[in-house]
Amino acid sequence: MRLQARRLVMLLTGLTTSPALWAEWAFNMPEGVTDLSRSIYDLHMTIFWITVVIGVLVFGVMFWSVIFHRKSRGAKASEFHESTLVEILWTSIPFAILVVMAIPATKTLIEVYDADNADIDIKVTGYQWKWQYEYLGEDVSFFSNLSTPRDEISNARPKNPNYLLEVDEPLVVPIGKKIRFLVTGADVIHSWWVPELAVKKDAIPGFINESWAKINKPGIYRGQCAELCGKDHGFMPVVVDARTQEDYESWLQEKREEAAKIRELTQKDWTMSELMAKGEEVYNKVCVACHQLNGQGLPPMFPALKGAEMAVKREMIDDHINIVLYGKKGTAMQAFKDQLSEVDIAAVVTYERNAWGNNTGEMITPKDILDYKKDGKYTGRHSQENAKEAK
Amino acid sequence: MSDHHHGPEKGLMRWVLTTNHKDIGSMYMWFSFAMFLLGGSMAMVIRAELFQPGLQIVEPNFFNQMTTMHGLIMVFGAVMPAFVGLANWMIPMMIGAPDMALPRMNNWSFWILPFAFALMVSTLFMEGGGPNFGWTFYAPLSTDYAPPSTTFFIFAVHMMGVSSIMGAINVIATILNLRAPGMTLMKMPLFVWTWLITAYLLIAVMPVLAGAVTMMLMDIHFGTAFFNAGGGGDPVLFQHVFWFFGHPEVYIMILPAFGIVSAIIPAFSRKPLFGYTSMVYAVASIAFLSFIVWAHHMFTVGIPLVGEIFFMYATMLIAVPTGVKVFNWIATMFRGSLSFETPMLFSVAFVVLFTIGGFSGLMLSIAPADFQYHDTYFVVAHFHYVLVPGAIFAIFAGTYYWLPKWTGHMYDTALSKVHFWMSFIGMNLTFFPMHFVGLAGMPRRIPDYNMQFADFNMISSIGGFMFGVTQLLFLFIVIKCVRGGEKAEAKPWEGAHGLEWMVPSPAPYHTFTTPPDVK
Repeated sequence: MRLQARRLVMLLTGLTTSPALWAEWAFNMPEGVTDLSRSIYDLHMTIFWITVVIGVLVFGVMFWSVIFHRKSRGAKASEFHESTLVEILWTSIPFAILVVMAIPATKTLIEVYDADNADIDIKVTGYQWKWQYEYLGEDVSFFSNLSTPRDEISNARPKNPNYLLEVDEPLVVPIGKKIRFLVTGADVIHSWWVPELAVKKDAIPGFINESWAKINKPGIYRGQCAELCGKDHGFMPVVVDARTQEDYESWLQEKREEAAKIRELTQKDWTMSELMAKGEEVYNKVCVACHQLNGQGLPPMFPALKGAEMAVKREMIDDHINIVLYGKKGTAMQAFKDQLSEVDIAAVVTYERNAWGNNTGEMITPKDILDYKKDGKYTGRHSQENAKEAK
Repeated sequence: MSDHHHGPEKGLMRWVLTTNHKDIGSMYMWFSFAMFLLGGSMAMVIRAELFQPGLQIVEPNFFNQMTTMHGLIMVFGAVMPAFVGLANWMIPMMIGAPDMALPRMNNWSFWILPFAFALMVSTLFMEGGGPNFGWTFYAPLSTDYAPPSTTFFIFAVHMMGVSSIMGAINVIATILNLRAPGMTLMKMPLFVWTWLITAYLLIAVMPVLAGAVTMMLMDIHFGTAFFNAGGGGDPVLFQHVFWFFGHPEVYIMILPAFGIVSAIIPAFSRKPLFGYTSMVYAVASIAFLSFIVWAHHMFTVGIPLVGEIFFMYATMLIAVPTGVKVFNWIATMFRGSLSFETPMLFSVAFVVLFTIGGFSGLMLSIAPADFQYHDTYFVVAHFHYVLVPGAIFAIFAGTYYWLPKWTGHMYDTALSKVHFWMSFIGMNLTFFPMHFVGLAGMPRRIPDYNMQFADFNMISSIGGFMFGVTQLLFLFIVIKCVRGGEKAEAKPWEGAHGLEWMVPSPAPYHTFTTPPDVK
């Protein structure tokens, strides 16, 4: 409360006394880091100044009348009330201004639409409430989640400068290459927006939209989802990490090695405590937004897991794994089979069956999930082996 | 004046059964004001949550319900009924008619509204909460992913649509059939003209909205897939249908405002309206253009280049007739003999601030730049600049202009000026900073934001609270005026023209039972 009061005072005094404070604030559209974003910025400033000039003229005449043609100053009203010439003039002059404005706007628009001959294709898929990036032809694909800690959102901890504009894995792209974004949605409509690239494209389920950017400068560029997409619409940022070609390639190599390592981990024998720790981590990243930290959800939209039949009854393990893998149609529960590895899924299912007093003692391993994906049912083969070892 | 066989009945049944255009007009106005306060208090919740970064007061899902309900209530509950109320009160008196042409239907159109809104607001208390998908309710967020209460929302929209269509038919029937002898179309006050055109817009687009929500209903309950690509449908189809309704709807909320201001500016400039004929043509052109610009709300959905260019050009064209209107108002003031009573204050503010909203509209029409503006606070600033000082200031102006005619009393002019200045300052403080946060990158409809947006948001919230509290003063002023005050003459404004000033103040329960002579 005191902090608030102080900020308010600073704000009010700053407004009146310190032009320096103004300079720190973002006021205007960023010029951005692509040639196209510059052209768009120029269009924006041109039309802005045109409206300012028109405004000064129109309001000038108006305030002239307001000041000098007052009854209290003894002004006598004239009787004129029409003039065809004047009407024609103030119809045709604005029309001419619009034509002048339409020419550069059309030129820029044609460029924006020219997504052909791209060097790199990246498929961008909007999910409730995260982005998936697939590097087409590169066998690299991952999800990008908000990484701002919940504590900062609930004001339990001070907020970092990139509050709500930070993700666990940014989209890494090279500079100087024409990158085509193929944008689509998995559930509802989202909109992928990075102001510095001047790219905003709706992510529509069932359709693929094209957009492109050729970035001139390495750097981290932050944006947000721009189309209302449900509860956590404000919590699915976009972060683009633009690097030089070499840095980009070594990053690609790392991603490929990482994928190999995950495949290895699937074959490893996991212990209960390892799975629980991993599961908690995954849960707090992926599931917590809907099912909540305490597992009680936000019924009826987002059901509770604590004490839920599916999470405690042994004969419902199949359903439990199934819903995590394939989601539930018509609800916010999405399919996680492509978003999470077998390790993550095994861990989170184990976690949900043992956290918050759901003490089933059951352990689901990554190999079980592999089997499930193959046979469509849970055999418990690997878990029992593990359980024996644990004893 | 005239000879009355009966006045109004006494008690509650007067209001339930009334077919009198003045009673129904008053009920519309009171209903609209109640909805204005309800929708406004939701805006207060929004501004309180956005006062500073972090989640403090409400959950994101409730926040979304607030933004959705705020929009729906303000559009369908506050602005539209207020204009229908003004139409009921003023159109018969302006054209020398004894009442509306279809008085029983008039009663029905009003009485549907309280039930429609009771149904809609009740969804907030249902399991899963009320509509949380924005007032534009884009599918599939509003169909496959919507809370169960959406069905009630759909029926509420249907009821509002029925009410609006009947109201519009009534206005058209009245204007075309009940004008006093000599009141030719080109002699009608502009308020009557703008309402005639608005009524046609309503009849054209309300059924389209009904179609959109019916398709939603089918998708939700009957297994169709109009808006589901998985079943052969198209989520973008929803947006096309919605905005084919939605864009004319925007003009439904502004054209009658043009009419009100076109009555008030000449009255307090003591000079006839400049360019009456061109004003009528400008309104007609705006109405026509409103049907061919809808996709400018959808520049980012991926319509083909040629479509994008067409909608950009068509949208830019709207600036021409709108400019003509603004120029005409200013030419009316130019070399007049101006005085600034409260209706004039609101009208002058209307011209200035609506024009600012028009400027940002012109900026938004430039499709490539719109890729940056779209769905940001820049858009929120734009449409609040055309709706708050546009529609709502015009409604205040009209109320202060005609209140003496309705009640027979002058209102407290000093207080009404306080109301104006507080509203003016509060409104600008709320919405002007939104241009900046929008350009700097803040998306709309988010409950929390990065610190770079914090200062402007705090200013907006302070302005919002100021604007909100000020409206209670308006309530006080109106109640005080209804209950008493200095007696108003038949024509309390020196420069006012029109048939409504020929009848005494307060206007008798029945006016123009015999048609007046129009020269």
